[in-house]
Amino acid sequence: MKKIIVLSLLVISGVFIVGCGENKGDEDGRNEGKQTITYAIWDTNQEKGMKEMANSFEKENPDIKVNVEVTPWDQYWTKLDAAATGESLPDVFWMHSNESYRYMSNGILMDLTETLKTSKKTSLDNFPKNISELYALDGKQYAMPKDIDTIGLWYNKTLFDNASISYPDETWTLEIFLAAAKKLTDEEKGIYGFTAVNNGHEGYWNFIFQNEGKIMSADRKTSAFTDPKTVEAIQFYADLINKYKVSPSADQLAENKPVSFIQSGRSAMGFFGSWMLADFKENDYMKENTDVAVLPQGIKRASVYNGLGNAVAATTKHKEAALKFIEYLGSKEANLISAKTGAAIPAYEGTADEWVKNTENYNVKAYVDMLDYAVIRPFSNETIKVETVETEKIADLLSGKKSAENVAKTIQTEVDDILK
Amino acid sequence: MEKKINRRKYNQEEILWGAILIAPTLMGLIILNIKPAIETLILSFQESSGFGKTVWAGLKNYKKLIGDPEVTQAVINTLVYTLIAVPFIIVLSLVAAVLMNQKVKGISFYRTLYFLPVVATPAAVAMVWRWLYNSDYGIINYLFSLVGLKGASWLTNPHTSILAIAIVGIWSTVGYNMVLLLSGLQEIPKDYYESAEIDGAGAIKQFFSITLPLVSPTLFFVMVTTIINSLQVFDLIFMMIDKTNAALPKTQSLVYLFYKQSFIMNDKGYGSAIVMVLLVIIMLITVLQVKVQKKWVNY
Repeated sequence: MKKIIVLSLLVISGVFIVGCGENKGDEDGRNEGKQTITYAIWDTNQEKGMKEMANSFEKENPDIKVNVEVTPWDQYWTKLDAAATGESLPDVFWMHSNESYRYMSNGILMDLTETLKTSKKTSLDNFPKNISELYALDGKQYAMPKDIDTIGLWYNKTLFDNASISYPDETWTLEIFLAAAKKLTDEEKGIYGFTAVNNGHEGYWNFIFQNEGKIMSADRKTSAFTDPKTVEAIQFYADLINKYKVSPSADQLAENKPVSFIQSGRSAMGFFGSWMLADFKENDYMKENTDVAVLPQGIKRASVYNGLGNAVAATTKHKEAALKFIEYLGSKEANLISAKTGAAIPAYEGTADEWVKNTENYNVKAYVDMLDYAVIRPFSNETIKVETVETEKIADLLSGKKSAENVAKTIQTEVDDILK
Repeated sequence: MEKKINRRKYNQEEILWGAILIAPTLMGLIILNIKPAIETLILSFQESSGFGKTVWAGLKNYKKLIGDPEVTQAVINTLVYTLIAVPFIIVLSLVAAVLMNQKVKGISFYRTLYFLPVVATPAAVAMVWRWLYNSDYGIINYLFSLVGLKGASWLTNPHTSILAIAIVGIWSTVGYNMVLLLSGLQEIPKDYYESAEIDGAGAIKQFFSITLPLVSPTLFFVMVTTIINSLQVFDLIFMMIDKTNAALPKTQSLVYLFYKQSFIMNDKGYGSAIVMVLLVIIMLITVLQVKVQKKWVNY
């Protein structure tokens, strides 16, 4: 009797423990001839568009079901990392250039080279070379380009009208930009001309590239932050806060969400990526008072651009279905759906116009126009580490504690050390 | 003779049942706490690029750690936080517990009030306090402006940021410790106070001669757990100090640094080494406390 009790208790606890670890993904019953694949993304704003693409794919392939799974950006990478360790990755998922090298070099992503070569639906030739290169390693392609983003200049029409300044357009230079920012700043009312946030992508990188400066060396093995042009550009950026006082202080920007300044009329201009559009479309204040233009030009024109990719897990149990879905995601049809839902500029060449047509209220053509001279987001084998160091050190510059040269030197040394 | 055998049998049965009954907890403890702790120790001697792939690195992480000014600063930050937070938490929760031990009308209402911060989610608490501390439109600086003073930029000034975080830490843990101490206080027999009163001891004399010695076992427990919790401060810093905040280097704790290295920089080996430093600090302080307790705790 006792033994039976002991045994049954052990069995119960054993079942409990095993039950926790069981993979629910296996329930999709291949026996019934229907497979379920998971498509993991991080942007709620794009969920609708991705679901629409999944639906139309399901119509073409009635034996495959696609589950779209959204995880917010902040948790997405922690979750993906853990899933990769436990070999329970979603079948298809978004990839970012920040993380791509780590995933590619560790064999987490499936090699798509063959599939893309033989596919009738799509080909890498349809996508900008710079974007597909972000997801290629040693001649192998690990993700299908998904979309492109550039950085635009958002401005508050009402504040411009009040100061009787004409709206920004492609004729703007940094001098005109600075003069306007000075005129728009009203410290007593707490209104600023610009928000110089501690953010490379939506901030100082653009100024660096416009000043013909460099961030990484050509082979991406060392930093190039001490380039005099780079130092000059970040000095100008910090001057916007500390010298010209046309931007809220670094402290104010760290305490509040930077985007809240333009969304509450406390800042007349700001740089924002095209991915913010879905958010701004829903904001009544933004719709009524703001619009977007191309970035003002420095020595030359530039805007930082980046693109996401769709990747397949190397460990997927539904290889065929996942590859079929990836092929579909790379087709013109799928990119047109993405364009219509307006979430992001689709990467497929020639579909961007469709995206512009589907956005009312804002002059989003500016984002597409900048693609002609856009510069690819700086990346390396350790992008995240490099950027974390950069953000920490630039904070000392923007708060006026250290000079641009000093900060650039520190960044150069530490980044070189990381990439070594 | 027969009796002895019976007793042994009885013991065996008791041991068996005891083992069965603690099995679920024990298994949980082993799987969720002990095994990961050992794995972290092993990981601290390895180099990792994530995805569970590791290479043996010997003492490399520890060598890096010794030369890293960020770690030294984080140790200082953590200790400063603990030194500010713990005395206030202990004193305030003891005072609160004594006050809540009176026979006053509506006492449970006040008890609930003090306990409320414990129930609130740390993330929500942090967000609300972030608003209160805001240098532009925070209520704290508004109150300062009413009396003609200019408030600090609490969270972005490296001199005030730890203090600001510690205030929130104190505010949110006093309630929990108060409840523990309250239960300790209620176990003190009323007769002692009655005889003390007859002997002519005042309230303060009573507190130091009866309350404090008799509540000391609970107080000891509260002290040990509070110090450990304070050394592990993370969520408040994570939620209240933005990564673009220039005060971050002077505020980040060891656990924050562990999080940053392990999950942002993806260097889990180095992160584990950092957390080992914290483990050693906690063990040293706790051992010291257990040694010293013989001098002041009355059982």
